[in-house]
Amino acid sequence: MNDSPAIEFAHVQYRTSGNRVLLSDLNLSVSRGEVLMLLGPSGSGKTTSLKLINALLTASEGRVLVEGKSVAEWDLIRLRRHIGYAIQEGGLFPHYTVWENAALVPKLESWEAGRLRARVEEVLHMVGLPAAEFAARYPHQLSGGQRQRVGLARALAADPPILLMDEPFGALDPITRAELQREFKELQQRLSKTVVFVTHDVSEALLLGHRIALMDRGTLRGVYPPREFLGSADPAVKPYVDAFRAMQQVFQT
Amino acid sequence: MLDFIFSHPREVLALTAEHLWLVGVSMLLAIAAGVPLGIFLTRRPRFKGVVLGGNSIIQTIPSLALFGLLLPLPWLGARADRLAVAALTLYALLPIIQNTYVGITGIDRPVREAAEAMGMTARQILWQVELPLASNVIVAGIRVATVICVGLATIAAAIGAGGLGEFIFRGLSMVDNHVILAGAIPAALMALAADQLLGLAQRLLARVGHAK
Repeated sequence: MNDSPAIEFAHVQYRTSGNRVLLSDLNLSVSRGEVLMLLGPSGSGKTTSLKLINALLTASEGRVLVEGKSVAEWDLIRLRRHIGYAIQEGGLFPHYTVWENAALVPKLESWEAGRLRARVEEVLHMVGLPAAEFAARYPHQLSGGQRQRVGLARALAADPPILLMDEPFGALDPITRAELQREFKELQQRLSKTVVFVTHDVSEALLLGHRIALMDRGTLRGVYPPREFLGSADPAVKPYVDAFRAMQQVFQT
Repeated sequence: MLDFIFSHPREVLALTAEHLWLVGVSMLLAIAAGVPLGIFLTRRPRFKGVVLGGNSIIQTIPSLALFGLLLPLPWLGARADRLAVAALTLYALLPIIQNTYVGITGIDRPVREAAEAMGMTARQILWQVELPLASNVIVAGIRVATVICVGLATIAAAIGAGGLGEFIFRGLSMVDNHVILAGAIPAALMALAADQLLGLAQRLLARVGHAK
């Protein structure tokens, strides 16, 4: 294929129907295999940026490109099946079993039965939910962490090259969160997907990201690799670094 | 009390069947029109006021008056049972449209958003997500509509459409409670049975739909 970046924002603005500007002049590119963390407080435009990528929202101005092609030129359904999507609490279908949830996209793509079966088993195993034990359960019979795992399995099932994650571990208890973060990091290193990951948690951003894009009130303040982020002189970065250091100190003393 | 019913079993059965037919046809028409209309409103919410408002107005028209209002219409007015079915259908529409709309719009946002983000087409979302998850709310609307319909269908006898109302009006004019009861009791039983049956369906769907 071409060597254009996996995702690119060019002068992107997003306004609500009430003309409120949620995102202004966003320029950002994500290379293939990169994990980009969108970090910022709520209302900073992180989720808006994410939804522009899989066209849940449409840019008011500027262009969003996926693999070099404008999102507007993609066939909407093709684009979305090309991009995995995992959200907080999973957003699982409550009337589908774990198996049916995980099998959703391959089924939409009419995979042949044997291939589908093998893939769903593989992907459930990958997220630590052996099919033998979990396949027949419904989402409400799972813990929050397990639901999140199913959400991840569903996003990965059709093996999309791009993965969008919107605070996927946000609603979990600290222990489960740490566990899932670690597993996700391993998984990403193995699968080398392009990932755009929304979070408001600095340590999560530092732990998982190749680069951190800091957002504030609808604008991008800067993009930093974790090390540079910690050493940045940008006043917008400082509170995050301070919070992170403070937390580290608590654990060191 | 019940001696009239037992001494006229054929007539009671015939009118019960007629009543069932009136209610059955009206409900089928109301479901066939109401569910798609409810779905339409979830897609074009700006029509919500017109459709639901217009329907509420119909609900406020007393049934006898509605029969009278429909009478001058060319094809409908020609036969009493057509007229009755049309009126009953109009009454049954509101709860069905409303519950279809509420059932679908009440689905958790993240679930709907996930469905879109996974690349499901609008049709797939409707059949695989929205209708299954809204089904028990929709059936609840059908249940209310059916019970209303069974009761209102007794009035249809006033315009000669038949049904169990025949006994009620006849009994009223004869001042004979036994005859009134021969209409009222089967009608009440029919309403209760419909309510129970649809209630059961609703609970089953709730279990499948939400698995809670």
